Amino acid sequence: MSTRRIVGPFNRVEGDLEISLDIADGRIAAAYVNSPMYRGFEQILQGKLPADALVLVPRICGICSVAQSAAAALALADAAAVEPPRNGRLSANLTLAAENMADHLTHFYLFFMPDFARAEYAGRPWHEATAARFRATTGSATGQVLPARARFMQTMGLLAGKWPHTLAVQPGGSTRPLQGSEIYRLHRILREFRAFLEATTFGARLEEVAALDSRDRLEAWRTQDGGGDLRAFLAIAADLDLWRLGRGTDRFLSYGCYVEEAGRRFPAGLWDGGPAALDTALISEDTARAWYAATGLPQHPAEGGTLPVAEKEDAYSWCKAPRLDGRAFETGALARQVVAGHPLARDIVQRDGGSVAARVVARLLELALVLPVMERWLDELAPGQAWCSEARLADETSGVGLVEAARGSLGHWLTVRRGRIHNYQIIAPTTWNFSPRDGTGQPGVLELALAGLPADATGAIPAAVQHVVRSFDPCMVCTVH
Amino acid sequence: MKLLWLQSGGCGGCTLSWLGSEHGALFDVLADEGIELLWHPSLSEAGLDDARTLIADCAAGRQAVDVLCIEGSLLRGPRGTGGFHRFGGGAQPMSDWVKRIAGLAGHVVAVGSCSAWGGITAAGMNPTDACGLQYDGEAGGGLLGPDFRDPSGLPVINVAGCPPHPDWITETLAMLARGRLGAAQLDDYGRPRFFADQLVHHGCPRNEYYEFKASAQKPSDQGCLMEHLGCGGTQAHADCNQRLWNGEGSCLRGGYACIRCTEPGFEEPGHAFETTPKVAGIPIGLPADMPKAWFVALAALSKSATPARVRENATADHQLRAPSVRRGKK
Repeated sequence: MSTRRIVGPFNRVEGDLEISLDIADGRIAAAYVNSPMYRGFEQILQGKLPADALVLVPRICGICSVAQSAAAALALADAAAVEPPRNGRLSANLTLAAENMADHLTHFYLFFMPDFARAEYAGRPWHEATAARFRATTGSATGQVLPARARFMQTMGLLAGKWPHTLAVQPGGSTRPLQGSEIYRLHRILREFRAFLEATTFGARLEEVAALDSRDRLEAWRTQDGGGDLRAFLAIAADLDLWRLGRGTDRFLSYGCYVEEAGRRFPAGLWDGGPAALDTALISEDTARAWYAATGLPQHPAEGGTLPVAEKEDAYSWCKAPRLDGRAFETGALARQVVAGHPLARDIVQRDGGSVAARVVARLLELALVLPVMERWLDELAPGQAWCSEARLADETSGVGLVEAARGSLGHWLTVRRGRIHNYQIIAPTTWNFSPRDGTGQPGVLELALAGLPADATGAIPAAVQHVVRSFDPCMVCTVH
Repeated sequence: MKLLWLQSGGCGGCTLSWLGSEHGALFDVLADEGIELLWHPSLSEAGLDDARTLIADCAAGRQAVDVLCIEGSLLRGPRGTGGFHRFGGGAQPMSDWVKRIAGLAGHVVAVGSCSAWGGITAAGMNPTDACGLQYDGEAGGGLLGPDFRDPSGLPVINVAGCPPHPDWITETLAMLARGRLGAAQLDDYGRPRFFADQLVHHGCPRNEYYEFKASAQKPSDQGCLMEHLGCGGTQAHADCNQRLWNGEGSCLRGGYACIRCTEPGFEEPGHAFETTPKVAGIPIGLPADMPKAWFVALAALSKSATPARVRENATADHQLRAPSVRRGKK
């Protein structure tokens, strides 16, 4: 006999989240993840001029705003068969990377770590120091991190005018040509951010962190002197065994991101017990358990539709259920690095699969990996050469834009008829991770990751549940859009 | 001053913008101004039952709320139920919670154009019947109705913008905490005048191009964006080019049009956002307070007087000609 508990609102998840838990014998027998807000962007976009998507879609999400812009720009570029000049491509990479870096930092310090300050952990050897450092809004970390983040976001002032919600990211490149002194100012900002990360987050050079190639090396590194907030987290992870908490499908998806001459810096692909190729034709969205009109079989997003219905038997979320070849996949920084072949990410996943600790470490690893690449892209900018190509869209066309937001794979599928948007379908990272069950009863990734965790039929929900939820860096406003 | 922040039909971007406060670490600034954050969905530790209890206490008057900040549109659909957003962990529509707490709060602040007017969520077919707290686009109304006043007699304070500048939010709250924001400090749309009594045009670095109607033809050109590329900066109320964004940015400095995001109804301009609508070659949207005949006459005159330097630079993505240097003059 199980007891049903409706748990929410989960906060620090960018938007609204509610989870129903079936609890039996002191454990979660089944979890049902509900995204309780619908705004209808796919309906809003219908009939609009294609270029207006560049104004509308970033406003799906205040935290993945540039990723949404980038996906729309790529979909429009695909539809117009245009490629940005080198400066435009580098600028797009820098802008997206800046957002992704800032999001990783925000997630770790503001959304994820404050849960270890909870009274539930009083008595753990690390609790007192952790509470002083990471308590929400008053911990010592926020006083350092917010100014460092604000300074880093000044990259956006130069690259994109402002953040969030820029129009600088265009299908043909960037509206913002940079000159020598502006590039130097960007360089200073990146150097300052590097200094902050090395002193505060890592207590080590970025290159040293990026070169860690196994769990054993990571553990050995943790016990070295140097301090830094990553080492503090790793100590907590070891104490609470966060390496074995919150295992999901262990199937990972990445669309790849940061377009370079030779292809994407982090390549697209799958991890399914081993590396595998990604065939996006196999993606479909299932609405069996979501509040949308039944459309028969699950559909590929290029053919998909969005018609909300307020009442539907067995439905419990505004989130559709994306599947690849009928199966749920996890996406995010961990997936991106496993697919890209980073040895630490691969070793982690081959030992214990996806976990709370794995997802958090992968995010911080990306901070160390990507900032040096941003420094290089900046050096490659060539003032005086072109920044933006003209994009002319045919009246009847279609396009696809696939990018990686901080929290995972984001896809836009666009169809234009008679010069207007006929259909615009979006699958966001958290749509993959926090999907409801599909027509076959297969749970979403978080639903799977929560099953089996200890929980009582009454009383407080354990912090472990919250660690698992937040380990995905969910963005609920993107999820449903 | 106790502050409660709730989110509904928006993107969370106002909060993310706010975190980029350039006044210093946001939470330190708030504490220094005597502003206590009762709860914020993205920033507070408390969640689940603790958060629900707090919100219920606020709605029942057991917990005083001096300022209620709402981010995101209020979703009235489907069919007036508010069911497109039920507050996590409960069956009650978010719009009900907002109505109840707004009726008890000392002041109500709409953070961003969604909660002010409806905003982007109300665009197109407005599938969720989204509206603002006290406006439905340009029309008074919205969730709370045109007659809503807080106990001090103020309407909803509309810190409009998509998103608002972080310091518009912080300064509005600080002025409330100091008792320095009265009706005289709000414009006709309830926007704090300290930012809304300016135009985006003020301080625009493309000013010389504007003066000579030397216009950009395509994205990445340096010229004025008003004539062809949809810029509404001469009509949009905000100080974006005086108080810069993320250090030294603004939409114009980023090379793209002002889409008038602080104005009600900006989400449906009636034309492509980045293309200027014209009649007989004259832009329909004239600068604020400018008589049309004068605009046409001045534009014609200034175009014929455009220096070659300005004309050539306007359609290039970098400076082709620098301002000339005069020699021999003291």
